[in-house]
Amino acid sequence: MSRRNLLRGAAVGAGAITLPSLLTACSSGPGGDGKTIHLGSNSSDPIPKKAFADAFKAYEAQSGGRKIEVNTVDHNTFQENINKYLQGNPDDVFMWFAGYRMQFFAKKGLLHDISDNWQHYEGFSSALKAQSTGEDGKQYLTPYYYYPWAVFHRKSLFADRGYQAPKTLDEYVALAKQMKKDKLDPIAFCDKDGWPAMGTFDYINMRTNGYDFHKSLMAGEEAWTDKRVKDVFDTWRRLLPYCQQGANGRTWQEAATSLQKKEAGMAVFGLPHPGAQFPKGEQEDIDFFPFPVINPEHGQDAVEAPIDGFLLAKKSKNLKNKKTLESAKDLVKWLATGKAEDIYLKSDPNNIAVNDQADISQYSALQKKAVELVSGAKQISQFLDRDTRPDFASTVMIPAIQKFISNPNDVDGLVNDIERQKKTIFASD
Amino acid sequence: MSFLSERRTERRGPRRFSGRDLAVIGLLLGIPVLLDIAIVWGPTLASIVLSFTSWDGIGDINWVGTQNYVNLFTNYPQFWPAARHNLLWLAFLGLVAAPFGLFLAVLIDRGVRFSRFYQSTLYMPVVLSLAVVGFIAQLIFSRDQGALNAIIGDTRSPTDWLGDPDLNIWMVLLAAAWRHTGYVMILYLAGLKAVDPSLKEAAAIDGANEAQTFFRIVFPTLRPVNVIVGVITVIESLRAFDIVYAVNHGRNGLELLSVLVTDNIIGEASRVGFGSAIAVVLLTVSLGFVVTYLVQELRGEKNR
Repeated sequence: MSRRNLLRGAAVGAGAITLPSLLTACSSGPGGDGKTIHLGSNSSDPIPKKAFADAFKAYEAQSGGRKIEVNTVDHNTFQENINKYLQGNPDDVFMWFAGYRMQFFAKKGLLHDISDNWQHYEGFSSALKAQSTGEDGKQYLTPYYYYPWAVFHRKSLFADRGYQAPKTLDEYVALAKQMKKDKLDPIAFCDKDGWPAMGTFDYINMRTNGYDFHKSLMAGEEAWTDKRVKDVFDTWRRLLPYCQQGANGRTWQEAATSLQKKEAGMAVFGLPHPGAQFPKGEQEDIDFFPFPVINPEHGQDAVEAPIDGFLLAKKSKNLKNKKTLESAKDLVKWLATGKAEDIYLKSDPNNIAVNDQADISQYSALQKKAVELVSGAKQISQFLDRDTRPDFASTVMIPAIQKFISNPNDVDGLVNDIERQKKTIFASD
Repeated sequence: MSFLSERRTERRGPRRFSGRDLAVIGLLLGIPVLLDIAIVWGPTLASIVLSFTSWDGIGDINWVGTQNYVNLFTNYPQFWPAARHNLLWLAFLGLVAAPFGLFLAVLIDRGVRFSRFYQSTLYMPVVLSLAVVGFIAQLIFSRDQGALNAIIGDTRSPTDWLGDPDLNIWMVLLAAAWRHTGYVMILYLAGLKAVDPSLKEAAAIDGANEAQTFFRIVFPTLRPVNVIVGVITVIESLRAFDIVYAVNHGRNGLELLSVLVTDNIIGEASRVGFGSAIAVVLLTVSLGFVVTYLVQELRGEKNR
């Protein structure tokens, strides 16, 4: 091949790369056509992805000519880039989480106020509204589904061995002791990814000190060196001998698999987690009980149930166009209905609808039980990494909890470390 | 033009560049220099500047002086382990993996049987990205489902190779060294092939034994390769990232400076200022090595 040919080839190649991007740049002129809604999705797993596609198709069919263009990004990548994404060139509507994690971006002025939409929303509890509201009292999120956390186990195992779901911490420990005698790992436990063990921390804290303390602890208003926090770690240490050893080297998938294989008896998980590792035929065998009571004063009031939903990005160029804004608001309004949630949950039965008008007759027994759990909750927490500053959760709490798991005896040193770092992070703006 | 050509004739000899030559040289040197400034020095200076701020990636930039550094050194439990791990990485690759690579190269160069087979087998991991090496390490070292524990067959209290913070860094180093050894081996193999056999013959005639020949004759002639191996070893240990990130996101005993930079800068609510401070520390360490290397090289050049 001569050099000239090579150069020509390179020029054609470069054209082939740049041309399509130029074309796409042309097709979506400034502001769009008012009928096309660009939607940023973090649902990269096949099951939710298909479920969302079904829901969007149903919306398009009834919207009179509106179209949704979905831009799906890998779940973790989406999360890691959210900052840049929202400041740069975001889609009109995007999927995100409720609570502090949403409020953080609302405060930075990156979200679109949808309070006017909320005036027409029906079927949402006040807890849901609170989780969709920013610190300024305006609503920014349209909740779509949630999934409660609880202690999961296999029905058949409990029936075979005659185990009873424990109500209090003492019963929980007694049951764990019994399982240990029966040669089981009582509690499947994992924290390799850094987040799964947070669920246990949240529950012990809320059961011991109540939701309000948990919330202000997460907001940086309480000291981690407080005796109440040390109590949480002390209680946790009491449970650790019954947890699978080596949790820092185990993924949640592996932990769920040990539950499925009946090597472990119980596990603190979110609703979708065990189901993902159980074969089709054994899905019916999954059951759960709420995290046991520690302090009777707080009972089982709080339920950890992370909410996912839809938001409008302030920096989206298309939303400058009034018509597109109207379309986007219309979309989230439709998504806020019980019917829209039904369509989604039909293909992804691992979550439950937030709207109480959703049709729960189609639900599996497990889903129905989850609905019962959540609707009976006095307070709903999100999850440690959703209830506090993301930088605090990822750079301080993940290493701290992993350190606690591998060396549970130095609680004083641990909480001092956390408190010192918390002060600098929460003081930074 | 006539003036120019006159001057040129005057100075005939040392300087023979026409105006056009100068333009071409200026262009060819200028573009790389500009690119270098834009791509290398610009971001470097930016991160040095940002390390004195508390910027979170959105909105205003506030100056905080040296607070980030104070925090880093006194109030960030992961920092010192990370710095230690980076040095450990350097020591392990430099003192274990690289000499082992040299050893293998010498063996293969002496023509053991099936040397081609060994050569390609040992070189194979180099083709894999470190992230893939990380995944392979997980398949082998995972506590519950890993191959190693299955072979050992200890189901009572299996060793948690990757979860035990005292142990996992060594396992990861082993995996990283697996790859590094092959790389070093290939470099030395090329170097050894280039050693003039008559040197060895001369040494043999002078009565040198195998070891003497190697350490006194062959090894010194490998100096250029040694320098390259030294440089890549330093680079590999300072930029080590992918393998620990693949294993457990660089936490719980696998902290590295590069991971801390990423953890702080990339993510939802970035601590760009703080992360930049860590990056500057990493830069300072790298500069230490770069300067030492350059001084050595320039001195060597003079002596030659």
